[in-house]
Amino acid sequence: MNQFSYVRPSSLKAAVDAVAKDNSARFIAGGTNLLDLMKSGVVIPEKLVDINRLPLKDIQLNGNTLHIGALALNSELAAHELVTTHHPLLAQALLAGASQQLRNMATVGGNMMQRTRCTYFYDTTMPCNKRSPNSGCGAIGGINRMHAIFGASDSCIAVHPSDMCVALAALDATVLVTGPKGNRRIPFTDFHRLPDNTPQLDNNLAKGELITAVEIPANAYTKNVYYLKVRDRASYAFALVSVAAALDISNNMIRSARLAMGGVAHKPWRLYEAEKALAGKAPTEENFRQAAAIALQSAKTYQHNQFKTGLSVNSIQTALLKAASV
Amino acid sequence: MPQENDQQHYPPGKGKHEARRDFLKQSSAVMALALTPPLVIKAAQHDEAIAGIFEKMPVSMEINGKKVQVSVEPRVTLLDLLREQLQLTGTKKGCDHGQCGACTVHADGRRINSCLTLAVMQEGKKITTIEGLANGEELHPVQEAFIKHDGFQCGYCTPGQIMSAVACIREGHAGSPEEIREFMSGNICRCGAYDNIVHAIMDVKQGGKTV
Repeated sequence: MNQFSYVRPSSLKAAVDAVAKDNSARFIAGGTNLLDLMKSGVVIPEKLVDINRLPLKDIQLNGNTLHIGALALNSELAAHELVTTHHPLLAQALLAGASQQLRNMATVGGNMMQRTRCTYFYDTTMPCNKRSPNSGCGAIGGINRMHAIFGASDSCIAVHPSDMCVALAALDATVLVTGPKGNRRIPFTDFHRLPDNTPQLDNNLAKGELITAVEIPANAYTKNVYYLKVRDRASYAFALVSVAAALDISNNMIRSARLAMGGVAHKPWRLYEAEKALAGKAPTEENFRQAAAIALQSAKTYQHNQFKTGLSVNSIQTALLKAASV
Repeated sequence: MPQENDQQHYPPGKGKHEARRDFLKQSSAVMALALTPPLVIKAAQHDEAIAGIFEKMPVSMEINGKKVQVSVEPRVTLLDLLREQLQLTGTKKGCDHGQCGACTVHADGRRINSCLTLAVMQEGKKITTIEGLANGEELHPVQEAFIKHDGFQCGYCTPGQIMSAVACIREGHAGSPEEIREFMSGNICRCGAYDNIVHAIMDVKQGGKTV
């Protein structure tokens, strides 16, 4: 690992200042992704700003809104009664990600900030527009079995690796950030970016901005929810595809639906058209199949990931069936 | 966070320390830093901790029940501190990227991958390694069970497996073979001793002993 200087500020303002004023400085929280990237020479910061002692660990209800501090651990959040009671979809998604050791280190903010696991991004001998802008994309003409089928560009077909973020996108969460210019709120679905021609930017945070919390509004998705993750082994692997499905069912009719996918795009991918198609319908296998087909209309595959379209249709349908307990 | 007066950290390696000093002296902009002991800088900034690129930083933690004060570069992982400086080589380095679980230790009671955290980030924490599990000559019930059920072949992943297994039981995630497999999935065994590891954990869990 490269050498770097280290600061552990005692206030939010000092932490933000330390990163805002230094181009080579990075925040570190759990460190599970950043240290991995530093060991691989993918990211080489000259200063790490340790934010672990900042008071951002709270998980509480503010009115009907669940407020989750950015430093809450993934394992704590998954087991928290407020989450298992009000947002079980989030708990399921969290437990589908990583291992218990990693969940004991990884924070909510850090989970959102994790980089793609595209092997060309990690391999510094290969071209990668995300790691080294304008160097090309190794994945487009390379081995792209794990790569995007939605929203990719000619410069990057990497996918966002998080499970937690897929659930947060489905649950209409909001990201709270603070920075040199003050505080702001970002809808979760606008937090991460599509690659376009700037794949080096994973999200819309400005330099020095720090995630302080995530908020989830009250919703009716407390019972008919399911997070389905399809991967190469039974546990502890990144998703080929994943589906977060949430249904509000009453009198055998879907009042509203929330659907998002992981492993298919540069950001958690909401399936808005499929959600609309499900509203007002009965929770049947046929209706779920149709919604899944609608979701895949905009898919574009590459040489090795053509299987992901069929896999996605089946996974969306299965997740909806499990959510509806049909 | 430690106060200045409770620091008794080991002196940094002298050669390196002198090299650092020579480097700093070449730069007039940082002359003041070179002449000021790090601890004085630290105290002046109250509870802010700080270490320069070439600087070692004092860290205190409790390891296996003993208070330990060391001096490390910021880039030293907890795993490397344990193995290289404290000679606690029971904790293994497998992949060094958080993929195999061989480096699993407990920090404040939580199992973590010691390869993916910096030693300086563990300031003030209580760390338990495989060396701290037995009670003197008496093995921990999970250690006994691994022997009884032949939960290993080559043994390289075993310290991590055992640390993870103890936490798995304490967390309440050892209710069934399926749950154990899911919550032990962060520990890879290339020899494939998984079945016996699951048997060992089930045995301890069903035996009802406090772990």
